[in-house]
Amino acid sequence: MIGIADRAPLAGLLSRPDLWRASELACVAEPSLPTGFPVLDAELPGGGWPTGKLTEILPAHEGIGELRLLSSALAGLSAADKRLAWIAPPHLPYAPALAAAGIELARLIIVRTRTPREALWAVEQTLASRAFGAVLAWPGSVRYTELRRLQLAAEGSRVLAVLFRPKKAAAEPSPAPLRIALASAADGLAVHILKRRGVPLAQPVLLSGRTSRDRHRARKACPERTTV
Amino acid sequence: MLWIALHLPQLPLEALLRGSLLPEACAVIEGHRIVACDGKAAARGVRAGMSASAALALAPQLRICQRDAAAETEALLGIAAWVMQFTPNVALEFPDVVLLEVSASLKLFGGLARIAGDLREGLAAMGFGASISVAPTPRTACWSVRSGKEALVTDAARIDEALSALPIAVLCDADTLESLEAIGIATVGDLLALPRGGLARRFGQTLLDDLDRARGQLPDPRTFFMPPPRFAAALDLLAEVTQAEALLFAARRLLAQLAGYLAARSGGVQRLVLKLAHRDGGATEIAVGLVTPSRDAEHFTLLVRERLGSIALREPVRRIAIEAADILPLAADNLGLFPDDAGAPGNWDRLIERLRSRLGTEAVHGLGSRPEHRPERASTDAEPGEKQLKLQFGERPFWLFDAPLPIPEVAAVPNYEGPLTLLAGPERIESGWWDDDDIARDYFVARTSTESLVWVYRERRGGGWYLHGLFA
Repeated sequence: MIGIADRAPLAGLLSRPDLWRASELACVAEPSLPTGFPVLDAELPGGGWPTGKLTEILPAHEGIGELRLLSSALAGLSAADKRLAWIAPPHLPYAPALAAAGIELARLIIVRTRTPREALWAVEQTLASRAFGAVLAWPGSVRYTELRRLQLAAEGSRVLAVLFRPKKAAAEPSPAPLRIALASAADGLAVHILKRRGVPLAQPVLLSGRTSRDRHRARKACPERTTV
Repeated sequence: MLWIALHLPQLPLEALLRGSLLPEACAVIEGHRIVACDGKAAARGVRAGMSASAALALAPQLRICQRDAAAETEALLGIAAWVMQFTPNVALEFPDVVLLEVSASLKLFGGLARIAGDLREGLAAMGFGASISVAPTPRTACWSVRSGKEALVTDAARIDEALSALPIAVLCDADTLESLEAIGIATVGDLLALPRGGLARRFGQTLLDDLDRARGQLPDPRTFFMPPPRFAAALDLLAEVTQAEALLFAARRLLAQLAGYLAARSGGVQRLVLKLAHRDGGATEIAVGLVTPSRDAEHFTLLVRERLGSIALREPVRRIAIEAADILPLAADNLGLFPDDAGAPGNWDRLIERLRSRLGTEAVHGLGSRPEHRPERASTDAEPGEKQLKLQFGERPFWLFDAPLPIPEVAAVPNYEGPLTLLAGPERIESGWWDDDDIARDYFVARTSTESLVWVYRERRGGGWYLHGLFA
């Protein structure tokens, strides 16, 4: 028989932060960066983008809102004088838009690579150098062992390490502790958390608040004119 | 002056054995006489000086190896290069003593006891056991440590006292020793009590000079050891090794040696090569690369373990060697006030250099914005870290296409992956008449059928729709 007195230490034990019960979201005292979306923060272990770990973002297609998802965290990092690296971006990152999102341009470097192999090498080097607050990479095809290497390189640092991979990569196994698929929803962006520490999330997180679109909806179609 | 003498009494054995874990007792012979034996052999009664056959009678399983003077010399030179991390003034006293002048190093390394402790610990990691004596003159330190007594004399006034107790065997050859013993002289103290004139007449000035050097009354200059410009160390494996993981034991010995060598050079390596010589004469070379130069033995061991774990040996390994050619300068670590002090400026510079050296200079750049209305020209490459202007533009996409993509117009609506819904605009941009690259465009923010936001424009001269960016 278990008496009341025996249960009290159990309750104390269960409230310990380092004890994780499978029924709960892992509540980890790990360094993380707020995403800027409270709904999403609530579903991420640590309450934001994890640092020192690999995060995979798998957009359904290009331009769905994958950068907007990160722009708040990136702006926060660059404001805190952290450096940002974008490795093998698919297009030209457009300076005026980055500046408008609050990202300090002087803190940013762009690395262009010719082959996926070079891109992976560059990602590993930047992660291991510990000189960056965030490393965003578009590595193309990556094998599991290579992901594992990147994960090891990120470990122990406080870098936000994000890999953008095609949607079909969701079927492949990955050592990244956080994997997110992005799909479009009727009123914004549907964030499917494919993998996280803790219980899986069945429902996608819906992020409306597509700031630019709301603004556009409100705005009348009056022509702006810039003539020089 | 303060000299530490390191004596390696078991050097003949350790030079051969330190890379192997042998289950059986082992002894080293030279001309059928045992010169050194390990603990297991000693426990069975094997002693130095015994004949090999007598030793085999005592311990039938005894493994007997021929003494290898070259390996001993190599080991002693390796130790000399390793101890240079404590002082640049290192001298060798062949065959088995290394001398360190440490008077200037005491404060940095936290005193004599700490240095002695570090020496013992480091030598043990390399597979050597050493006895240590300290004296104000190198000769006294060397004699006392060879006599088998560890002495600690820091005061020059007490040298005679320390010398007196030493047996005369440490300082003279066999003939002199015999004559001295015949007249009843057993210790250096007895010798010092004899009249100097008579001693010089009977045994030569050399003996007297040696004594005076030991007492600090004659200068005793030493030639200091110079470390080799590149690191190379090798170990013969007594038992052939077939499993890569088992090689780690030997590799650790060499990596500890490498770490000390690098500390002495204030350097680090970014690449080291592990060479495994096989029974059939072939060799396997394993290169281990590091992201940043390092001299951390633990770190090296970790990397080598990873590499060894992933290879399959095609033949048993007889000899393992580690080489490191490019010694890069590496200052001792300054620990940050806070753990994980990210954004260290040195790291950043080095990283940019490394990325550029492999990918090309123009592959790594920063971004800048310019006061320019034409969208293609508003964003420009910049030097990484360069200060940038803060400019205000309208709604701009995160991704800009290198070249605008022409898109069709279907039923008066621009089409990109289905009809586009125009959300905002037009923003008219007309500019650049002065440099023959003028544009006249109406830009719109549009939504695709897949809910992406894109930036499109209509060419005002000649019409036609173009996709110019993604809001992402």
